[in-house]
Amino acid sequence: MPTRVLIPSGVLGLGFDRAALQRGAAMRPDIIAIDGGSTDSGPYSLGAGVSKYARAATKSEWAEIMAARRIAGVPLVIGTAGTCGADATVDWMAEITREIAAETGESLTIARLYSGQPAARVQHALAEGRVLPLTPAPAISPEGLGQMTNIVALAGAEQIQAALATGADIVIAGRTTDTAIIAALPLARGENPGACWHGAKIGECGALCSTNPTSGVIMVDFDRDGFTVQALAEGAACTPHSVSAHMLYENSDPFILYEPGGHLDVRGARYQALDGGRVRVEGSLWVTGPYTVKLEGARVAGYQTTILAVLRDAHYVAHARDWVARLTGFLQGNIQRRMGLSPADYALEFRLIGVDAALGGLENRAGAPVEVGVLGIVTAPSQAIASEIGKLINPFVLHYPLTDDEELPTFAFPYSPATTDRGALYEFALNHVMRIDDPMSAFRLELETLNARGRDAKAV
Amino acid sequence: MPRLSDIVVKVRSKNAGPFWVTVDVFCGDPATFARVSAALETGAVAALYGQPAQLLKRFDIPDLNVVKFSFPRPVVQGSAEDRDMHGAQWAHLLAEADIG
Repeated sequence: MPTRVLIPSGVLGLGFDRAALQRGAAMRPDIIAIDGGSTDSGPYSLGAGVSKYARAATKSEWAEIMAARRIAGVPLVIGTAGTCGADATVDWMAEITREIAAETGESLTIARLYSGQPAARVQHALAEGRVLPLTPAPAISPEGLGQMTNIVALAGAEQIQAALATGADIVIAGRTTDTAIIAALPLARGENPGACWHGAKIGECGALCSTNPTSGVIMVDFDRDGFTVQALAEGAACTPHSVSAHMLYENSDPFILYEPGGHLDVRGARYQALDGGRVRVEGSLWVTGPYTVKLEGARVAGYQTTILAVLRDAHYVAHARDWVARLTGFLQGNIQRRMGLSPADYALEFRLIGVDAALGGLENRAGAPVEVGVLGIVTAPSQAIASEIGKLINPFVLHYPLTDDEELPTFAFPYSPATTDRGALYEFALNHVMRIDDPMSAFRLELETLNARGRDAKAV
Repeated sequence: MPRLSDIVVKVRSKNAGPFWVTVDVFCGDPATFARVSAALETGAVAALYGQPAQLLKRFDIPDLNVVKFSFPRPVVQGSAEDRDMHGAQWAHLLAEADIG
């Protein structure tokens, strides 16, 4: 009997075809799995420990998926809950789940799998030579680890299996690899390991592997020889091309994919079209290796204030770069005199929208824009300093002339006040793996029961 | 001389995690793939992105009619110097490049 995994969409919060989800729930899946996040949107989520998506949207989608779970009567697992999968966002997702359960009155066991790493654990591993850099890796130190606001390890199949083994109805997992939540049950049931990881990789973005990428819902069947994938939305189909091309997506290497405990090699995979827009894949290989988990970490890299001005004067548009160069030099002198700060104490950058804001020094085209947007970005060790610099530069961004003997220009500020404090800037500070002997040694599992009937509600 | 975007279906770039960028050239058919595969010099592509050629990974995938390049991100995603959080604008440099 194959193991059937229903995937409502590539990530919770993007929506999915509801009719397709209902259809999927009725097709006897063995588990429902959905990804809760990624690093796609940058370091802010992990740095601050918050979700990217709105709580209301998350709750309403999660409620629908919980309803599908009820119909199917199978476990539901979400990985990388709350975009970053930090402990705080696992708790956030658990709270949403409790609210929904209170509204529906259903009795549920929830397992929370935490991926957060205390700095001390990683410092200890570093001292023992068990923290290894990937390419390229930021330099790290014990002190640096201690300054990170969140460190997570990416859970693999073993940790998800441990959570499922509790018998929980719903598993809310912190940071996991995109694939582990899909591969875990098929692997536990002895399905073909290469197929488990490859099918999981194809399925983890939902219907992106089909001809209707936004339709969300995907079903993957795993067996001893391979996997079969189908898109469930009306009119969406998987083709050998759409499925094999998905390995290109967001991978630096389309053939080799590393996971905890080994890697997936799809060079020998064969893709075959079946009836009904389904695709059969066989020939993927799982190669075991030392057990390592990837680490992600974020730290505060400063505080920012921005200012935006629009140049519409043709003379200034034509000489925007010269103007920025002069202005920057002038302001650095001013900041030095009035605030006692040297350029090494802060960053002041002006980007020219309409010239090279997107590509910077790599830009190789020039044009004649009608107007140019000047985005000033101040980065400083505190918000107070960034804000102060913003106020200091404000009148000059508005009026600074291209030459000393011309009338002062006035540019366009879109709103008042002209400066905006952005708060903390976070940056990714780890691109490393940590070797561990026991897969659960770096992860924490907790259980709770909601709306228990005829037994005491308990937390384990 | 045509630009790459004139003869292929699509050029796209995305982050492959916060530290890498991956660029996919979807050629659309075997003849275009053969032409593009031969005409795109790894060194020239590396120079376009200001990267040393030895750091550029290149995959020519005839089964998909795709040429793929991956390289360490010129700036780490989300750092103060990053201009494009999702790494999608780098594709345009290659798309607009002249192709033989």
